[in-house]
Amino acid sequence: MALTRTFGALSALDGVSLSVASRTRHAVIGPNGAGKTTLFNVITGQVSPSGGHVLFEGRRVTGLPPHAVARRGISRSFQRTNLFLKLSVLENLRLAAGADGRGSWSLFGRVDRLRAPLERAMETAEAVGLRERLSAPAGALSYGEQRQLEVGVALATRPKLLLLDEPTAGMSPEETLRMTRMLEGLPREVTLLIIEHDMDVVGSLADRVTVLHYGEVLTEGTFDHVKRDARVYEVYLGSA
Amino acid sequence: MIVRWAAVAALIVGAAVFPALAGKYPVKLLQEILIWGIFAMSLDLLMGYAGMVSLGHSAFFGVGGYVAALALVKSPGAVSGLLLPAAAAALAALVIGYFSIRVSGVYFIMLTLAFSQMFYAVTFQAAWLGAEDGIVGVPRLAALGLDTAQPLQFHLYLVGLVSVGALCLWRIVRSPFGHVLRGIHENEPRMEAVGYAVNRYKLLAFVIAGTVAGVAGALYTQLVGSITPDAFLWTTSGEALLMVIIGGTGTLGGSMLGAAAFILLQSLVSSYTERWMLILGLTFILLVLFAPGGVVGALRGRVGIRS
Repeated sequence: MALTRTFGALSALDGVSLSVASRTRHAVIGPNGAGKTTLFNVITGQVSPSGGHVLFEGRRVTGLPPHAVARRGISRSFQRTNLFLKLSVLENLRLAAGADGRGSWSLFGRVDRLRAPLERAMETAEAVGLRERLSAPAGALSYGEQRQLEVGVALATRPKLLLLDEPTAGMSPEETLRMTRMLEGLPREVTLLIIEHDMDVVGSLADRVTVLHYGEVLTEGTFDHVKRDARVYEVYLGSA
Repeated sequence: MIVRWAAVAALIVGAAVFPALAGKYPVKLLQEILIWGIFAMSLDLLMGYAGMVSLGHSAFFGVGGYVAALALVKSPGAVSGLLLPAAAAALAALVIGYFSIRVSGVYFIMLTLAFSQMFYAVTFQAAWLGAEDGIVGVPRLAALGLDTAQPLQFHLYLVGLVSVGALCLWRIVRSPFGHVLRGIHENEPRMEAVGYAVNRYKLLAFVIAGTVAGVAGALYTQLVGSITPDAFLWTTSGEALLMVIIGGTGTLGGSMLGAAAFILLQSLVSSYTERWMLILGLTFILLVLFAPGGVVGALRGRVGIRS
């Protein structure tokens, strides 16, 4: 890939090469400003790279608008909760689940007759632990529940590759544990690329870890391998 | 639910039999309210549901009105009086929408405003459209066994068409498509991120709203028997915008109420003073200050009517 993204003179990604194997759970770690979120933005088409390209299933997705990238099977959650706050939990999930169908073009049909998105929404609500909160407006959820829904909205689109941007950000230890269990329970068919600061989460979840530092890949390997790397300790883990 | 449908049916029947109960002037007021009401409802689809505030909705009202005038003068069929104006307005909305939906917020307002003012400038100059005098002496539609030159038949045709239009819009905002529009209104980037080609949905909403506005324009031409460039003027859009806000954005039915309030107030106050705009302005300020959700919003707060 060798992705580059510059914002003016600032180089957020500088020749980052990253390859995520299908069915793995891959974590991206690194200090703030390392370019982790920019990497996600480039993969999902929110930001176009200044150089390099992204291949998914052997096809270029670089240059596609975000909705087209999502339709290829790449979905993401956001670091800052990014929901439909006035809509109910069910509606949040149903909208996400309906994005891939032609049913959403129906002008005179009825929402509750669209079986597939509804079922998918219910399944997802179950998976992210919000089955009891279906009719609550997203804006009325607790912070932890909003984070669960944030992941749920990304998951409801049935992605092949799921990008999670700090799913446990700002969560209490119990909430973090619940989120980790939930992510562990995801089917293996969903390839996971996750940005995470909590090393316990990374340790229990990730098959592979890539360390970003100042927009460059510092090292990559298993969690144990990366943990023992002196440079990683110096730039990141030592301070964390 | 049944109560609500009964109320809607009663309203439609009430509007239909109104000429038997009231004189010429109240009937004309009701007809104006219905036309402006459906026009405002079409704008509410954009504003209240898709979150696209347009100040150029008059473009479609005017296109519908002018095409109806031109066509009805030639032949008074259903194609001239209804289909052609609707199709022309849809086409205009497709073109204007194609460019306008690329931007949002204030830029969207300015762009739609600019497009509608272009129509005004063109019709004001074009000799073949009667220039500033517009097209006068437009006959009403005669088709499907209807002769709407008869006042009663025109009234029934008007009530029927507005009812069908309103029910279509009502259905659309509750359809899967309508829910997508609400999602776009709530959080457009997230809709994009989960895989919706947001611009295509917005364009379809724009075309639907424009088509309905075109039908309203065609009805208006037939009501007054003429059309002038003023139909395109930004004040036409502005008045519809006021009606939507008075009634409560995102309520559809509120737009019809807003149109009724606007037109009744206008006719009531203007019979006492020339300065009816001043009174209307004050009323509007008070309403926005004390009932920001519009009439329907205030009612919902009081009585607890749910959407």
